[in-house]
Amino acid sequence: MMGFALEPRRQESRLANIAAPVIAVAATLIVGAILFTLLGHDGLAAVWHIFIAPLFNPYRWQDLLVKAAPLAMIATGLAIGFKANVWNIGGEGQYILGGLAGTGVALATLDMSGAWILPAMILGGIFGGMAYAAIPAFLKVKLGVNEILSSLMLNYVAIQLLYYLMRGPWKDPMGFNFPQTAMFSGDQTLPYVVPGTLIHLGVPIAAALALTAWGVMTRTVAGFQFRTVGAAPKAARFGGFSASSTVWLALLIGGGMAGLAGILEAAGPFGQMVPQFPTGYGYTAIIVAFLGRLNPLGILVASLVLALTYVGGESAQTVIGLPSAATGVFQALMLFFLLGVDILVRYRLVRLEPAKKTETAEVSAPKTGVARA
Amino acid sequence: MNIDLLVAILMTIAGAATPLLIAALGELVVEKSGVLNLGVEGMMLIGAVTGFAIAVSTGIPALGALGAMIAAALASAIFAFLTLSLMANQVATGLALTIFGTGVSALIGAPFVGITTSTLGPIFPAALANDPIGRLIFGHSPLVYIGLILTFAVWWFLKHSRAGLILRAVGESDSAAHAIGYPVLKVRYLAVLFGGAMAGLAGSYYSLVLTPMWAERLTAGRGWIAIALVVFASWRPGRVLLGAYLFGLVITMELQAKAAGFNMFAPEFLAALPYLATIAVLAVISVAKRGGVAAPACLGKPFRAAA
Repeated sequence: MMGFALEPRRQESRLANIAAPVIAVAATLIVGAILFTLLGHDGLAAVWHIFIAPLFNPYRWQDLLVKAAPLAMIATGLAIGFKANVWNIGGEGQYILGGLAGTGVALATLDMSGAWILPAMILGGIFGGMAYAAIPAFLKVKLGVNEILSSLMLNYVAIQLLYYLMRGPWKDPMGFNFPQTAMFSGDQTLPYVVPGTLIHLGVPIAAALALTAWGVMTRTVAGFQFRTVGAAPKAARFGGFSASSTVWLALLIGGGMAGLAGILEAAGPFGQMVPQFPTGYGYTAIIVAFLGRLNPLGILVASLVLALTYVGGESAQTVIGLPSAATGVFQALMLFFLLGVDILVRYRLVRLEPAKKTETAEVSAPKTGVARA
Repeated sequence: MNIDLLVAILMTIAGAATPLLIAALGELVVEKSGVLNLGVEGMMLIGAVTGFAIAVSTGIPALGALGAMIAAALASAIFAFLTLSLMANQVATGLALTIFGTGVSALIGAPFVGITTSTLGPIFPAALANDPIGRLIFGHSPLVYIGLILTFAVWWFLKHSRAGLILRAVGESDSAAHAIGYPVLKVRYLAVLFGGAMAGLAGSYYSLVLTPMWAERLTAGRGWIAIALVVFASWRPGRVLLGAYLFGLVITMELQAKAAGFNMFAPEFLAALPYLATIAVLAVISVAKRGGVAAPACLGKPFRAAA
């Protein structure tokens, strides 16, 4: 038999690990152009306006950074959990709860002034996200409830809580009956770090957090614990790493980071709380985490790529009338291709010689198993 | 309470339960073969929009339901290829499928927003459904009956057919099934495609029966509730039926409370109720079957045949 076969690699290929996201993005551009043409749009123009044009427009660069910041923050937190096989997909809800908790602090301090208010709001946001993530953590550790389903259900609950607060208790009394809070005061708004641009304090915070997470994950015992629990649960147990403490830590870190992203968005670009606050960052961050290879440094790069789809998607909407849903399609294609190309990291393509058959030993399942429901 | 109102409420429950039932039965077969497809929500949306588009352009809702099954099965084929042939992570691929379905359905559906179509109405002659009891038995859309028949069919298939036995073997021990000579990947491909078709059919129920229109994210997370139902039911078709109708009751309570102008709870609380109920039910069921293993042993694990 002449043909090709997949042969498992002894070690994950470093080259393929870096090449896979690049191949995935390239394939997304090509297949995206074809798909959108088939759907009756100008496929080439769609790819050009979403992925290429914003790169040549310096005014768009600040938008990229502002959009990438929350994505990187949420994705870094989620990736720590994914490494340990803790599937927190409640990033969206934790982001909303972080925004809401921080807004609660802001509304309580609306008449006050002082430099302590913004840090208090930020702490509130972090705790809000953590508290919300504590629900699936508790249910998982104490009752064995699958965290995928519980964390996801809470996203829908969080949106309803937001609507309730906007329509009722937190509605701005001077706001002409619009369902939104009062504008935050100067002491409650994130400062800009580059004068004359939209780049706010959240951008350097996101970068610093990703760098810190990279250091912790690669250089400390705690990071080793997460990686071991995910890759070799049995070995981790023999090594004395507790599975429940890993679940707790993974969800609390993920929730805290998402909550932080939430309050930074509320106190930054929004400047108040509105019903349009959830923009799907919590879901897109899952793609960012995978595109960045669950590595915080990779996530920084990936967050810029996904930010590009948002920024480019908006301009493609105004310039060529592409529906906003196109952004989500491109994002999903990217994840599809990445997951498909990923096989080259763990396996190599070998040519089967007709004469001598390659004999491969039985392969144990790769480390992609899922915690049982 | 008069009998007309009672029958109306019971029929609403059946209507709300049916798409959950059909989607969950599809996912049950997928999971029994050892594959976890979290893309149900995305496939339902693809089914909903395809069914609606076909019904609008042909004027035949039944054709729409058929097209919904085919379109969602095609979408599930992407998932099957990535997870089965390329051994991609099933959780991540399922999420990707949901994101894909959400985006693609919004894109395809954009020209159809604000249009209505004829619904997939009752199949039995109206004469049979004149009195309340007749209505309760004969007054439903065909999908309600299909859901009930499907429950029995899936139960019989898994429990009493040879093919069902092979499917369960593949899900419980893929390497053993492979060693005996069963085609593990082929079985899983077929299961995933079946799950896709059922999710599509369930999705079309939203756009062809419940509300004869299309809106972005029309299924509003019901696909995730269907996945939760499979866990709730401990992978048993009969319990999926029970669970789906219980959720139909919860959803109906929400609708009835809204319609009656019942002000004790905020409408947002009622809208969040199905999701809160899902979490509560998952918690209760996890406590109830502590220590017992109900999930197929190979659920979510990739399989690669030894060369």
